[in-house]
Amino acid sequence: MMALALAETAADSIALDVEGVSHRYELDGKDLQVLDDVSLAIAPGEFVALLGPSGCGKSTLLRLAAGLETPTAGKVLENGRPITTPNPDRILVFQDATLFPWRTVRGNVATGLEARGLVRERKHRIDEVLTLVKLEGFSDFYPHQLSGGMAQRAALARALVNDPKLLLLDEPFGKLDSLTRLRMQNELLDLWKSAGFTALLVTHDVEEALLLADCVIVLSDRPASIVAEVRVGQPHPRRRDDPNLVALRRSLLEKLGISHDV
Amino acid sequence: MSTAVEDTFGGAGRRTFAPSLPGIWRNGLFAAGTWFLAAALTYALPDVITWGATQLFAVLALAGAGIFLALSVTVHRLGGLGRTLVHYGPWFIVLGLWLAVWEVLTAKLGWLPKPFFSPPQGLLHVYVTDWDRLLICVAYTGRLWGLGFFSGVLVGFAGGVALGWSKRFAYWGMPLLKLIGPVPASAWIPCTFFIFPSTFHASIFLVALASGIPVAILTAAGVSQVNRSFYDVARTLGADNRFLIFKVAIPASLPNVFVGLFMGLYYSFAVLVVAEMLGAKFGLGWYLQFNTAYSAYANVYAALIVMALICAGLVRLLFVVRDRLLGWQKGIL
Ligand SMILES: Nc1ncnc2c1ncn2[C@@H]1O[C@H](COP(=O)(O)OP(=O)(O)OP(=O)(O)O)[C@@H](O)[C@H]1O
Ligand SMILES: [Mg+2]
Repeated sequence: MMALALAETAADSIALDVEGVSHRYELDGKDLQVLDDVSLAIAPGEFVALLGPSGCGKSTLLRLAAGLETPTAGKVLENGRPITTPNPDRILVFQDATLFPWRTVRGNVATGLEARGLVRERKHRIDEVLTLVKLEGFSDFYPHQLSGGMAQRAALARALVNDPKLLLLDEPFGKLDSLTRLRMQNELLDLWKSAGFTALLVTHDVEEALLLADCVIVLSDRPASIVAEVRVGQPHPRRRDDPNLVALRRSLLEKLGISHDV
Repeated sequence: MSTAVEDTFGGAGRRTFAPSLPGIWRNGLFAAGTWFLAAALTYALPDVITWGATQLFAVLALAGAGIFLALSVTVHRLGGLGRTLVHYGPWFIVLGLWLAVWEVLTAKLGWLPKPFFSPPQGLLHVYVTDWDRLLICVAYTGRLWGLGFFSGVLVGFAGGVALGWSKRFAYWGMPLLKLIGPVPASAWIPCTFFIFPSTFHASIFLVALASGIPVAILTAAGVSQVNRSFYDVARTLGADNRFLIFKVAIPASLPNVFVGLFMGLYYSFAVLVVAEMLGAKFGLGWYLQFNTAYSAYANVYAALIVMALICAGLVRLLFVVRDRLLGWQKGIL
């Protein structure tokens, strides 16, 4: 049933291929190597999680996939074509919510549709996603009137309203309390199952990665290279005390350099 | 309802008078007192020389006292206006005192040197006898200021956005702007005469320059300081350059633009006098110079007060516009 739903919508999502990508930032004339020969292939409709130490280059990888930057070396491809510019088919939810402070929650969510002249046509989608992230009562609030978690949910809604084919998530649940976090994880999972987009999720949380993703990729310290790629075969819904997942969690933590039992 | 009203209005007054006199605006009573004092002193004491409108001033001050007396019991029923009046209560008291002191020092004792300091009735006399000319001057100045300010702001804003947005514009424009910016308006007079077909155009140019430059500088700074991530977000959402400029850069820099507008408003008023030196036949600036030349200082003060009131009114208006447009800023600042 689920496989069928996936197969039906897979044509509508994007295959993301990162081939031998290295990236450098220039800071005061000095080069800062951030990514070192990273290669990964994400099939259409696949859910991949990225784990790695802080500052290793995870957000940078997402910026490359979004087309906000072009890699210094290597290729980032969508369905085999190089990504050169941003495109609303690939939407990045930034690590900080970065809501436009002069727009209400509704205005923020409508930004993408407005930029593409689709507001009238897809007005209903705005209300739908606001309900999805439980912000339907706050549509006229300004960002400074929201809590950190609400702002993050609004940022998620702003991405989802565009029905992206590739959703790039940079620690979208970082500021949520553990209960909301669990709920939002489930919402995201349901959404991913029904909409069938390809998802690339950056997270610090090993459990979150294991609960959501088909495949977990572990990056090394900066400059980031791939340390491990772990397939999670478990069907959804997953339980965090599932012995397989517990074993996977331990091995992932080891790969992240935390050897003792945490 | 009535208790709520009293809570907002009563303040200090209610605490002392509440048992016997509920709902009395105590500051209103005091203001009536000081204004009555001004009226009584004006009427009772003889002027050192005749100033013209002494009787009228006494009557007006008395009327003011009467109004405050009436307000001290009715202000609670006036809603928003009443709240504003109550807020400025202490000012009304001091204003009455100020009028009394001013009256005594100038007209009654003659302590302040005569041609330079005019008593209140001296100014009043100007308004009574010269109001038609003042009104024409206000109209002329209004036309000059309106044309100059709005064209200056428009050009300054557009130029500021271009300077803040485009690197190439900034490369050529910023140094020029920084050079032109600090040059005082009067320094432009010789070359404006040369460039513009009439002195009226030259005057408009001076006002436009004074109001446009701060708007341009602050708009440029605002646009160039916009958080880059706002552009990144908008671009991933499918925004083109047009959207980035009009829906991201401009709204994000609007707080800066308003700072520029306030500065431009003040500068434009300061430059009016200079602008009307260029052979204007009417206008408040012209009126000031004309009367200064004839040592008619009462007229000068009278015109200055009109100018200050108009400027304050415009500042107030600009605040209203700002609060309307920048409501989203509340709580951030
Ligand atoms: N625009 C930039 N210019 C220069 N250096 C940058 C820039 N953006 C990021 N860096 C550097 O690149 C490195 C990786 O940054 P990145 O944001 O990708 O890390 P991250 O893995 O997302 O970290 P975190 O988990 O803490 O968010 C950091 O050392 C950072 O200082
Ligand atoms: Mg990051």
